[in-house]
Amino acid sequence: MIILIIYVAIFVVAFVAVRMGLRRLMERHDFTSLKTVTFGDESAVRPDRWASVISVLTIFLLWGAFTGSQWVPFHAPGPFVGDTSFTYTMEAPDGARDDAEVLVRVFRVGEEVEPPEVAPGDGFARNDALEVGAWRSKLLLMDKNDGITRKDGARIVAIDGQPAGPGDRIEVANGTVAITAKGSLNFSPDGGLQMEPIWLPPPEAVVARVGEIASQGYQNFTLWQHLYWSLFRVVVGFFFGALVGIPLGFAMGLSDWFRGWFDPIVEFMRPVPPLALIPLVIIWAGIGEVGKIILLFLAALWIMTIAARAGVSGVAISKVHAAYSLGASKWQLLRYVIMPNSLPEIFTGARVAMGVCWGTVVAAELVAAEKGAGMMIMVASRFQLTDIVLMGIILIGVIGYGIDILMRRAEKWLVPWKGRI
Amino acid sequence: MQYDRTEKGAGMENLSIADVSMRFDLPNGGHVQALQNISLEIESGELMSVLGPSGCGKTTLLNILAGFLAPTDGEVVLKGHRVTGPDAERGMVFQQGALFEWMSVRDNVSFGPRMAGRKKSDWAGTVDHLLEVVGLQDFKDKSVYELSGGMQQRVALARCLANDPDVILMDEPLGALDALTREKMQGLVLKLWKETGKTIILITHSVEEALLLGERLLVMAPRPGRIHREYRLPFADMGVGKDLREVKKHPEFAEKREEILSMIWDMEEEIMGRSEEEPA
Repeated sequence: MIILIIYVAIFVVAFVAVRMGLRRLMERHDFTSLKTVTFGDESAVRPDRWASVISVLTIFLLWGAFTGSQWVPFHAPGPFVGDTSFTYTMEAPDGARDDAEVLVRVFRVGEEVEPPEVAPGDGFARNDALEVGAWRSKLLLMDKNDGITRKDGARIVAIDGQPAGPGDRIEVANGTVAITAKGSLNFSPDGGLQMEPIWLPPPEAVVARVGEIASQGYQNFTLWQHLYWSLFRVVVGFFFGALVGIPLGFAMGLSDWFRGWFDPIVEFMRPVPPLALIPLVIIWAGIGEVGKIILLFLAALWIMTIAARAGVSGVAISKVHAAYSLGASKWQLLRYVIMPNSLPEIFTGARVAMGVCWGTVVAAELVAAEKGAGMMIMVASRFQLTDIVLMGIILIGVIGYGIDILMRRAEKWLVPWKGRI
Repeated sequence: MQYDRTEKGAGMENLSIADVSMRFDLPNGGHVQALQNISLEIESGELMSVLGPSGCGKTTLLNILAGFLAPTDGEVVLKGHRVTGPDAERGMVFQQGALFEWMSVRDNVSFGPRMAGRKKSDWAGTVDHLLEVVGLQDFKDKSVYELSGGMQQRVALARCLANDPDVILMDEPLGALDALTREKMQGLVLKLWKETGKTIILITHSVEEALLLGERLLVMAPRPGRIHREYRLPFADMGVGKDLREVKKHPEFAEKREEILSMIWDMEEEIMGRSEEEPA
């Protein structure tokens, strides 16, 4: 909640700052900037690059600030670490009361600490020592060393002088003390606003993991091998999907019989999410490469078929007529008119298919695989290796984005007339 | 392509339309008589323009001539053989959008000869010459989507001529152009017609264009589509190589234009009136 408020605040402050300050420095005078009507004119809305830069920076700053990153100069309040204390008051069955102090040493998980030493003090309630990891909590059996214990009928009546009984939570210095139903104490040190590394590791830990897994590997394969295998499956599955799907789509766009025969199959299979096929493919082909590639083939096939069919239906009839009256044969019409004319549709389909395949391969690897990006993050999550999980997610995102950019480049190169007719 | 020898008495060079009717069923059970008993003889080298209100079947007639549609009755005979489908002997120029954007101007123009499997040395000279005639010699390596609408139609004309067809069918080839470009293109069509001596059948919506370009002018009437009137006009010959605006100033031109305009106006009025009474 606090993070959201900070995020919105940065959004607003950056907006005002950029609008007031920088915009004056870099006045533009192209045609669009001279438009007075921009609200409602979508073509006049251009992404503000400053906003993009600040947006990405904000995410990293928030990430760093709330994980105590060394890369970020300011931090959200961290968890309490160090020594603190509180007192409790025991009441013996005869009504006698005695105070005892509990010295708490809070340490970062993973560091070695000595339990604090305390003098037992006087009275039947003796002083206690407790060590607890940051963000954790610990049960204190405070009467183990006491003169009169709970078995004898003693009970806690106050914490730091505030009256309390079983079920109560009392705020003390640097933490909270809860009294359990059975009357023992549970101390939780203040967690601050930072995230514990097992939930969200700081950015430098994730980067360090990239280096480590790139060189040493994880689960018998290096990072590059994991990513390579995922990409390899996608490329091979997509390739075969396109190899079968495009001719099938053309046939459906050109022949009544093919259209009639395959229409029910395509229309039925298209809305089935590829993820729903994973169990069946595993039953039929196992968890090896063949199963994965069959799955990705099926994921790409229907999309490419429909794209190619749409490509054929997108051919202007005047182009077809023109080609025939220039003496083209059916085969020549297909080769020189229908195929090039359906390239834009096929590229749109290929971009969608690549996206779906990339998503499907990660999901399939999450279910069962020996190697691959999805398998890497799945196994890491079982061991609470959140930094590997985060790293995997970021790399999967980067690669997916990279694939889309490559497809768009290829489209621009191969279909330069798109949108210009 | 299959050619049926016919016993028609038509001259071997002629395009002959013999009693062509076109009638097709509608999904609601009714039917449309798009053409009824059209008979025409078109001499070789003739430029005939076809005019008529919307729905008079002029595009249907052109599609039958091109071989894209088969008439329900009658037949079209070109040079003694029956038209049964599209063929390189009957070239077609469309209103727009019929060029191949993935090819350069030159590849578009040479499409016909290339599809016929002719060697480059055979057609390269003709293609270059045609590009020069239509004034696009400097644009031959450009992509067609980089050209203006008028230039694109010149490519379409050159592409059609590169195939050396017997008949050129034009379906409102200048309809999408602006008025100035259109006038220039009309001059070009006349020039190409005179220079190549091709038979041209031109469909248009513009009365002025039909008068300027048509040696022979056919006015069609709708419901059923039929020939309403036929004119022989002197303006196409007058206009060759001349300023077309001079021709338009001719008193006979103005007179004919008014006559045909009011004729088409009346037909349109009649359609409107009739469709209000009983929708077809």
